[in-house]
Amino acid sequence: MSAGCEVIVVGGGLAGLMATIVACENNLRVKLFTLLPAKRSHSVCAQGGINASVNTKGEGDSPDIHFYETIYGGDFLANQPPVKAMCENAPNIVYLLDRMGVMFNRTPEGFLDFRRFGGTRYHRTAFAGATTGQQILYALDEQVRRFEASGLVKKFTGWEFLRAIIDDDNVCRGIVAGNIHTQEIEYFKADAVVIATGGLGMIFGKSTNSVICTGSAQSILYKQGVKYANGEFIQVHPTAIAGGDKLRLISESVRGEGGRIWTYKDGKPWYFLEEKYPKYGNLVPRDIASREIFNVCVNMGLGIDGKNQVYLDVTHIDRETLEYKLGGVLEIYEKFMGEDPYTKPMKVFPAVHYTMGGLWVDYDQMTNIKGLFAAGECEYQYHGANRLGANSLLSCIHGGMVAGKRIPDYIKGLEKSCDDIKEDVFERDREFVIAKFQKLKSMKGSENPYQLHKELGELMTENVTVIRYNDKLAKTIEKIKELKERFKNIDILDNSDFGNQSLFFANQLENMLDLALVITKGALLRNESRGSHYKPEFPQRDDENFLKTTIAVYDEKSDEPQISYEPVDISLIKPVARKYD
Amino acid sequence: MKVRVIVERRKTPLSNPYVNEFEVDVDETANVISVLMEIRKNPVTVTGERVSPVSFECSCLEEVCGACTMNINGVARQACSALVKHLGNKIYLSPLRKFPVLRDLVVDRKKIFEGLRRVKAWIPIDGTHGLGPGPKVSEKTQRIGYKISRCMSCGVCMEACPQVNDRSNFIGPAVIAQVLLFNIHPTGAMIKEDRLEALIDEGGISECGNAQNCVKACPKQVPLTFSIAKLNRDTLFYSIKRLLDS
Repeated sequence: MSAGCEVIVVGGGLAGLMATIVACENNLRVKLFTLLPAKRSHSVCAQGGINASVNTKGEGDSPDIHFYETIYGGDFLANQPPVKAMCENAPNIVYLLDRMGVMFNRTPEGFLDFRRFGGTRYHRTAFAGATTGQQILYALDEQVRRFEASGLVKKFTGWEFLRAIIDDDNVCRGIVAGNIHTQEIEYFKADAVVIATGGLGMIFGKSTNSVICTGSAQSILYKQGVKYANGEFIQVHPTAIAGGDKLRLISESVRGEGGRIWTYKDGKPWYFLEEKYPKYGNLVPRDIASREIFNVCVNMGLGIDGKNQVYLDVTHIDRETLEYKLGGVLEIYEKFMGEDPYTKPMKVFPAVHYTMGGLWVDYDQMTNIKGLFAAGECEYQYHGANRLGANSLLSCIHGGMVAGKRIPDYIKGLEKSCDDIKEDVFERDREFVIAKFQKLKSMKGSENPYQLHKELGELMTENVTVIRYNDKLAKTIEKIKELKERFKNIDILDNSDFGNQSLFFANQLENMLDLALVITKGALLRNESRGSHYKPEFPQRDDENFLKTTIAVYDEKSDEPQISYEPVDISLIKPVARKYD
Repeated sequence: MKVRVIVERRKTPLSNPYVNEFEVDVDETANVISVLMEIRKNPVTVTGERVSPVSFECSCLEEVCGACTMNINGVARQACSALVKHLGNKIYLSPLRKFPVLRDLVVDRKKIFEGLRRVKAWIPIDGTHGLGPGPKVSEKTQRIGYKISRCMSCGVCMEACPQVNDRSNFIGPAVIAQVLLFNIHPTGAMIKEDRLEALIDEGGISECGNAQNCVKACPKQVPLTFSIAKLNRDTLFYSIKRLLDS
């Protein structure tokens, strides 16, 4: 291995940046592909904090307890060894971020401060106001800039991943990417590729995700033969605010700092989470809180002002504390809702927030294609059937670290480097993409792609979120197939050769449709309730039949996912019933 | 609620600007992004002409990523937090003026990131291996640092600054403030001379004309003028010291 070996990282969020940093430390050169400057990645939206059992409050917390609660919170669907490794690495990660200068909140003595989050009763979450993701993203971005200055990192900003280059031995040798401004489509060689492309909230139309979170890269890879795992597990966050363009997150940290959920019943305030779950109260895990709010509004008709909304109330907490610890998120509420959350309770409702499922990876973050790694929200490994709050920043950084550490050894073990591969292997994938884009560009049908996307989002939100019924899921699959048919009749809207956003969007939309099928079919076939996946017809968890990872593989003939299952590694903690009351 | 939107457009970086006027129907809570999204669904102007959808950049839609910055009725700000109901019934959208336009409302802001590289806006850590906790930081320092660290490199301060123009290579208020963030951090301070050196270089802090537009325009209340004033002192002392030591 020489300093000549190159690694490609796709995605400039926490996972991609961490993988980049670790690869550079191993003297590998990195090409970093991002849609926007890394500072604008979706990690910026994470508000509440990052978990690490440092036990600075003398509560007796430990990485073992963190591990247990993460597995338990995920309803035992996650393979246990990698989760254990993540929780053990968590204190190191938070210390590392601290050394990188993240402006975490401090105790009066100057130590890192920790707050409470859902699914635990310990103060385990380090935080920087209520913009923790932004602060951590910036710190990693700064470190990558340092490597850029020393010549190890080359940034390809405004380039979208369009295809992996997989040779005849099923080894990944690079990528094809397109420049979203100049519209060039090029191939790039590498000895290892890390996919760190984040979530897929856009499949649900409006969600708490950034608009760049389309899942397009994951879908492309799935159609190239990469296994996709646990697609049906979609986290719906209990507290978001409605908007015409997106649903804005109101962080769980608001409840971690004492915020209370309530609505009126019989004319009096009803703190239904506190009443039903006296032990955890407002800090039950997200799947449970979302179902309860949904039930109160939709089934009982007790939403505030007769609408689908409940109160999230911090008016009993003093202004100084709120400003210091939650200023960033309360500012969002105030700006977008035009009401003062310091004096008036906020109105919130659940919204699609996170995908627990994603690209299948082994414990070294490698997919079933050699040399193709995945880290962060785009892979499935750490959260089982439901993610605990403040574990996502952790899993992104940990996953990026694991991938970055594994890559030098992987490259050392390669018999051939990407330079030994014949040029036509790269050229054929580039030509495949160019042909695809030419076809898209010639489409002059009658369907507007943005309108189709809206319909997809409404369909998925209505049928594949908090409550799932088999008849509706089956119908949803048919409807997605109809949308796929209608897609063949789109109007590309824009025929220019520069900065053509409709063209790239149409490509993303086609990929979203395929991933929507994976999510919905996985949900249809899983006849049980586990974590975020809830079916009233099958209200119990069924370990005998479904303590299994769902694996979706693309079948070209039927143009549909083939679903199979593989066992979950439960070697460390024996599954028990999951309860929070 | 019906609104008229006039968009200043450009097909390529070098082509001439032109204008399209649209009318869209949006609800009470709509922001400028919702308006642009509606136009995409039916890109037809008020004169009935079918045109290509307006290109614009956006991502988080909650004013933390900085992507959707543009001039709205002549004021540089984020389109996501610009609520239509506060903008009157005619909205004029144009790209930022201080950065090269790529297409329509999309501009290239890479000079901000180049500035950050120039001033070494990072903490020089030894590596990512386990070295225990970082240095203790007082709550007071954290409070100042956090305020500066919320800067999202959106470019609003540069758009507002008269000193950032075609004839100058002024690095801009945002980048200068970042120097203070890293210079007050115990580890960051270890290379503070390098940063001060970069600031006294061409296009550095001496280009600031003290117009103070930046701090008023900043959407995140980053203490820009406070940082510039502080660094003016620091660079002055540093220059004198350098002179005496030479």
